[in-house]
Amino acid sequence: MPRILPEPTPETRHFWEGCKAGELRLQRCTDCKESYFPPRAFCPKCGCREVEVYAASGKARLYSYVINHRPRPDMGTEPHSIAVVELAEGPRMMTNIVGCPQTPEALVLDMDVQVVFQKESEEISLPMFEPAKG
Amino acid sequence: MKQNSVAVVGAAETTKMGKIPDVSVIGLHADAALNAMADAGLKPSDIDGVATAGISPVELAHYLGIKPTYADGTAVGGCSFMLHVRHAAAAINEGLCKTVLITHGESGRSRVGASGFARSPSSLMGQFELPYGVTTPPTMFTIPVLRYMKTYGVTEEDLATVAVVQREWAARNPRASFKDPITVDDVLNSPMIAWPYRMLMCCLVTDGGGALILTSADRAKDFPQKPVYILGTGESVETPLVSQMYDFNSSTAFRISGKKAFDEAGIKHSDVDHLMIYDAFAHLPLYGLEDLGFCKPGEAKDFIRERNTAPPKDGKPGGKLPLNTNGGGLSYMHSGMYGMYALQESVRQMRGIAPAQVEGAKISVCHGVGGMFAASGTVIFSNEAKL
Repeated sequence: MPRILPEPTPETRHFWEGCKAGELRLQRCTDCKESYFPPRAFCPKCGCREVEVYAASGKARLYSYVINHRPRPDMGTEPHSIAVVELAEGPRMMTNIVGCPQTPEALVLDMDVQVVFQKESEEISLPMFEPAKG
Repeated sequence: MKQNSVAVVGAAETTKMGKIPDVSVIGLHADAALNAMADAGLKPSDIDGVATAGISPVELAHYLGIKPTYADGTAVGGCSFMLHVRHAAAAINEGLCKTVLITHGESGRSRVGASGFARSPSSLMGQFELPYGVTTPPTMFTIPVLRYMKTYGVTEEDLATVAVVQREWAARNPRASFKDPITVDDVLNSPMIAWPYRMLMCCLVTDGGGALILTSADRAKDFPQKPVYILGTGESVETPLVSQMYDFNSSTAFRISGKKAFDEAGIKHSDVDHLMIYDAFAHLPLYGLEDLGFCKPGEAKDFIRERNTAPPKDGKPGGKLPLNTNGGGLSYMHSGMYGMYALQESVRQMRGIAPAQVEGAKISVCHGVGGMFAASGTVIFSNEAKL
């Protein structure tokens, strides 16, 4: 069963094109300098329409999660994490933590994680996070 | 709103509760509505305002043959009915209508005539949450909780204790789905759903419904039931994505809604005799107690463990703040949008007819959540015309 995938909209296309190109793209207000997520054409803090897209560092910390023991049919049969990471630039995003056992012992809150992109289709690569190396 | 200007004069749940395979969603709305009208001594032609969620107020009005001058289709999840009460009170005060019917019906378990949960893959949830495997509420509503647990030193035992105490209340309620006592160990040994959440930390899935009828306080005294006055109300909305909550340790929507309701009611926390906090999951009473201001941040776990919200047990008196006295969504029933059942229990407590009646209760606070920390509504009731 193929994984349920996002359908980009005009306001989010830069984000998904970035993921395809191996880059985590955030937006930042040129006026108040706030970085925000999910993508939109204006700053949610001050309402300014002058915003810029930039490549984020891909560095984050594990902020919260659950380990789903009843996976959706398209997510396989093994328990897996559904996590929220806090990006170094400030915004939080939902993701999966990959590259480590899906256990409370391996998934330690506040551990450093790094973005990886998992290619799902020609159009969509999903940003996921793995424990930071070194 | 103006304190005590509007009252609940009709309140009822569906005739049956739990598993109702022979009634569709709209049938559950109608059954609850007819029961509430009977409770108030009214006919459909006496109703001139309708409000509902899950189905459209158009469907509701036409199904019951009501020709209203006021319709509210606010649908923000399980607390929609708290918002309907708030809006109805304002509408009655403004003269938009005289008598408002608010209904809920949901075939959560049997799914007779029920719609699906599908989200568009181009919606924000479809793009930024669904791809990561979120499914049912146990994989979404629980997302902030590990952070909350780390911030305040809350343990899995603390979450389990919430469910244990609520089961004690459910044991006193003949209509509760689950009445047998449980222990912390029972909860921690129940099947794993989404770590750290086990089955007994999650709400039931049942069929049922409920309805309320509101009118102005000056008309209320002519109705057969003891009027239950609306003292204050609040509402707010926060985020369609639980991953984007402003603060994982606190619901901003809870805080805004609760403060507004308390300010309107002009009461102190120590004035509150009875409390309902929508408990789709075991952490919600913890967030609710803190965000409504009954406990300081991080102290709700101790407040519950020390039995401040519990019924009498082993010859010891009950706690000072009886909470979720019907057994809650964890043990009483939960059709999907539980807020209506919390309101029903507050009304029963204010009428003095609840199965686990809090003796002498004069003020009840009823606090709801919608979606996954998406929305909130608060209604404060009193059974005294003037405080």
